[in-house]
Amino acid sequence: MTNSRLEKKELVEKIRQYRIDIIEMLHRAGSGHPGGSLSAIDLIASLYHYEMQHRPNEPLWPGRDRFVLSKGHGVPAQYAVMAGMGYFPKEELKQLRQINARLQGHPSDQFLPGIEASTGSLGMGLSFAMGCALSAKLQGESQRVYCLMGDGEIQEGQVWEAALSAPKFKLDNLVAIIDYNKGQIDGPTNEVMNLEPLMDKWRAFNWHCIAIDGHNLDQIEQAFQEARLTQSKPTLILAHTVKGKGVSFMEGVIDWHGAAPNADETAKALQELKG
Amino acid sequence: MRKRALDTVFALAQQDERVVYIGSDVGQGTLQGFQESIPERFFVEAISEAYVIGMAAGMAMTGFVPYVNTIATFLTRRCLDQIAVDLCIGNHPVRLVANGGGLVYAPLGPTHEAIEDIALMRCLPNMTVLVPCDAEEMERAVRASLDWSGPIYIRIARGGESVVSLPERGFFIGKAIEVRQGEKLLIATTGVMLQTALEVQDIMARAGYNLGIVHFHTVKPLDTAWLANQLGPYSHVASLEEHSVIGGLGSALAEWLCENGDHKLKRFGIPDRFADRFGNQAKLLSYFGLDAASIAKELQAWVKPS
Ligand SMILES: Cc1ncc(C[n+]2csc(CCOP(=O)(O)OP(=O)(O)O)c2C)c(N)n1
Repeated sequence: MTNSRLEKKELVEKIRQYRIDIIEMLHRAGSGHPGGSLSAIDLIASLYHYEMQHRPNEPLWPGRDRFVLSKGHGVPAQYAVMAGMGYFPKEELKQLRQINARLQGHPSDQFLPGIEASTGSLGMGLSFAMGCALSAKLQGESQRVYCLMGDGEIQEGQVWEAALSAPKFKLDNLVAIIDYNKGQIDGPTNEVMNLEPLMDKWRAFNWHCIAIDGHNLDQIEQAFQEARLTQSKPTLILAHTVKGKGVSFMEGVIDWHGAAPNADETAKALQELKG
Repeated sequence: MRKRALDTVFALAQQDERVVYIGSDVGQGTLQGFQESIPERFFVEAISEAYVIGMAAGMAMTGFVPYVNTIATFLTRRCLDQIAVDLCIGNHPVRLVANGGGLVYAPLGPTHEAIEDIALMRCLPNMTVLVPCDAEEMERAVRASLDWSGPIYIRIARGGESVVSLPERGFFIGKAIEVRQGEKLLIATTGVMLQTALEVQDIMARAGYNLGIVHFHTVKPLDTAWLANQLGPYSHVASLEEHSVIGGLGSALAEWLCENGDHKLKRFGIPDRFADRFGNQAKLLSYFGLDAASIAKELQAWVKPS
């Protein structure tokens, strides 16, 4: 990380603000995905604040680590962190999904420097991330590549095609993270299509696998460290999370997958988050 | 429109044991009744569109008529090969019920905007392409789909559109509906652009035009008999669709007219590029010049009143 390192309690405070930003953004836009943004924010904030090499004032710095948000609908979380780190003015968060805005409903490298891939069609990001990791290896660069996926998303076959190939190239610079929040649109993920035993599946595909609590910043940080120390294998971090984490009435409630909070709900959510 | 489409699938399923519903994580909201009353023919599958197409084809081969419902881009772009191989080569009666045709998902960006779905489906042999204009016509289209042989793509547009179709005009797959006879200038529409065409007609009437309107709810097979017999009063044809100017209704008409007619053709549609603006559907349509006022203006510059 090229910025000065935050104390953990400062990061906790930042993340609390990011959750507030997410709620405010979605409320203003009138649409979007709170559940999967709130479940992923601790992971994304840890990546940007602690783990990745990157320069907010030079988003296209060639030496940067790459972050591919494969579950593109969770992008409000990424925007909140990027604004918090100075990629763009925080004011711009207010323009989410507006016609002339750079902050679109799904991330696109065409609009906002610092976004690596256009995502939103689920299941594609890991292949792309794998290609980035492979080229870093070929060019002898030390870059690392991180790809965040949803648990519903990994039902897509293409995910498993990439999962099969990354170990073949011994991509120890590639880290796949699953936001295992146990929910998708049609209901609880493991009822729609059972994923378990999930760690065993990735292990069988020759990945180094780590399971963590995806809201515990110490565990997140340790997992990233362990991934760095792992040689000749890609790492899979299975992050157990809670969909809608941080807003009591959203937690674990499927209906909050893709609905923006109205004024009352926003007020209630902000009251909880502001404490 | 989506609700009516799915309600009709449910109604058909109650009457006909061949009817099966397969959704791919699109939310089953209105179909709870289906799930409860006929669970053995109701499938909530994972986020795995390509596999769902294969599954539907296998079921169709053994006598079922599967209605597959998910977002249009993921059905058409992601599953193109599965649709070509599993559905079209074998000519299997699977119905692809596609949410968000056109710019409905404008706030979600190019991954979700189905602006080339008609083109992709139209170029596949054996595929039929239906683009109803309102909820009433959607119901007629879904009912007509039941016994049609071969695969069908059914495009669902935005919800809440005004009802402009007339029951007495019926719905026959492959038959165009002449909404209004005029002279000199004809607008050919598909889907919810019919409503826009009617607005254009209002504006143009005030400027002294006598506009004809024909609605192609079936883009493929194109009603060439109508074109061959009914284009007499017109010298100019304008196509109007919420779709890329490449490959949709405008292209279908261009193909036919260039071999069979000497009419001037103007294609109104989405230009050949991914949306570089988001916002919402109405704003994006205006941005692309597909609102009634812009269209009327362009038509008036193109053709003098009769
Ligand atoms: C290929 C594809 N199919 C369907 C969708 C529609 N969709 C958007 S979000 C979503 C559910 C995603 O669930 P999950 O990956 O678990 O995300 P999270 O719970 O983290 O929000 C679906 C089906 C899509 N964006 N892409």
